Amino acid sequence: MWQVLAEELKDLGLTVLAIALDTADAARPWIEAAKPTYPCLIDADHHVAALYNLVNVPQAVWIDEAGRTVRPPESAGSDDAFRAMDRNTGAMPADVLAQRQWRKTAYLDAVRQWARDGSANVNALDAQEAITRLPQLSDAEAEAHAWFRLGQHLQAHGNAGEAEAAFSRATSLHPASWAMWRQTAAKDARGLASGAAFWARVDALGDRPYYPPANIVAPEG
Amino acid sequence: MITILHEQRVTTHPPVCHTHGDAGALWLNAPAIEAATGWQWKPEGLCHGDVCMPVPPSARAGWVRELPGQAPALNVAEMWRHSGQPVVHDQAGQTWVLGTGTAQRRAALETLEAPDFTLPDLAGSAHRLADYRGRKVFLATWASW
Repeated sequence: MWQVLAEELKDLGLTVLAIALDTADAARPWIEAAKPTYPCLIDADHHVAALYNLVNVPQAVWIDEAGRTVRPPESAGSDDAFRAMDRNTGAMPADVLAQRQWRKTAYLDAVRQWARDGSANVNALDAQEAITRLPQLSDAEAEAHAWFRLGQHLQAHGNAGEAEAAFSRATSLHPASWAMWRQTAAKDARGLASGAAFWARVDALGDRPYYPPANIVAPEG
Repeated sequence: MITILHEQRVTTHPPVCHTHGDAGALWLNAPAIEAATGWQWKPEGLCHGDVCMPVPPSARAGWVRELPGQAPALNVAEMWRHSGQPVVHDQAGQTWVLGTGTAQRRAALETLEAPDFTLPDLAGSAHRLADYRGRKVFLATWASW
C-alpha cells in the first residue's frame, strides 16, 4: 500500500513503518503480494493501537528524527467516500470519487513535503498543537484494551469461547474502535468483516465519520 | 501456573498462596511482580523509576500477606485497580491482564515522545521503533479485515 511512497522518500530520511493490526496468517498473503521494501510489522495483539489510541486502519502517526510525535494519529488519507456506495452494485458517485482522490493525494503530498522540509513543514505540528490533537482515552476504552488483550491470548491458547466473551466486552466498552470490532467479527470468504453487521454499524454512526478526514494543510499546486 | 499479560510482557508464575474464595485477588511476591510488570515492590510501595504507588495504610492488612518461610505477597490486582488501571482475568483466574490506565497513557502521550514498541515482521525479525531514531517515521496501520 505504501511501497511507492516508501521508495520515493527513503533517501529523504523517511521510513515507512507499516503495522498490521492483524494476525500473521491473515496479513501474510497481502505482504507477500506487495513485496514491500519497508518494514511490515505484525501486531496481533493491537499493542500499538493501545499505546497510541488507534481505532481504525489506515491511521498514521508522524514521528520526527528525535522520536517526537509531530502528528498524532489520524486517518491516513482515507475518507468516508465508501458510505456513498451503491451497496448492490458497488458503484460510487463521480464527485465522491473525485473528492476521495483529492483527499488522498493531498495527504500523501503532505507526507512528501514533510519528508523534504522536516520541522519547518506546516503540517509538522508544534508541541502545543500536537498535544491538543492527541486522541483522548476513556476509562472504559482502557479497560477494553485489557479485554481485547485477554481475548487474543485466550484465542491463541485454544479457549475460543471465553475469548469471544472477552472480545464482546472489549467492543462494547470501546465502540469507536473499528480495529477491535473488525478483527474479531465474522469474516466473509475474502477475510473481510464487511457484511450486513458492518454496514449496520456504519449506519449507526449517523452523522459521525468512519474516517474523520486528516486535518492537514493541503500542499499547493 | 498463572499467566500475566502486561503491555507486551507475558510471564508465568507459580501461585504463591491459596486464593480460594477470592477469585478477584492476584497474589504475587516481589520478584514475580517485577518480572510481570517491571514495577518493584519496596517498603514505600510499588515503584518504577522515581514513581512509587504506596500501599494505602488502611488496606495494608488486606492486601499484604506475610507467608511463613516465604517472601511476602501483595494482592497486585487490588493495587492495580487502586492506581486507576484496568485488571481483567479469565474465569479460572489463570490468565490476567494488568492493563494500562487512562492517566498513565495520557501522561506518556503528552510528553510527545512516541511510545516505543518492538514487533516482529513476517520472518520473525524484531523491529524496535527506537531503532529508527535519526529518521522520520511514517507509522501507518493496515489490516486484511
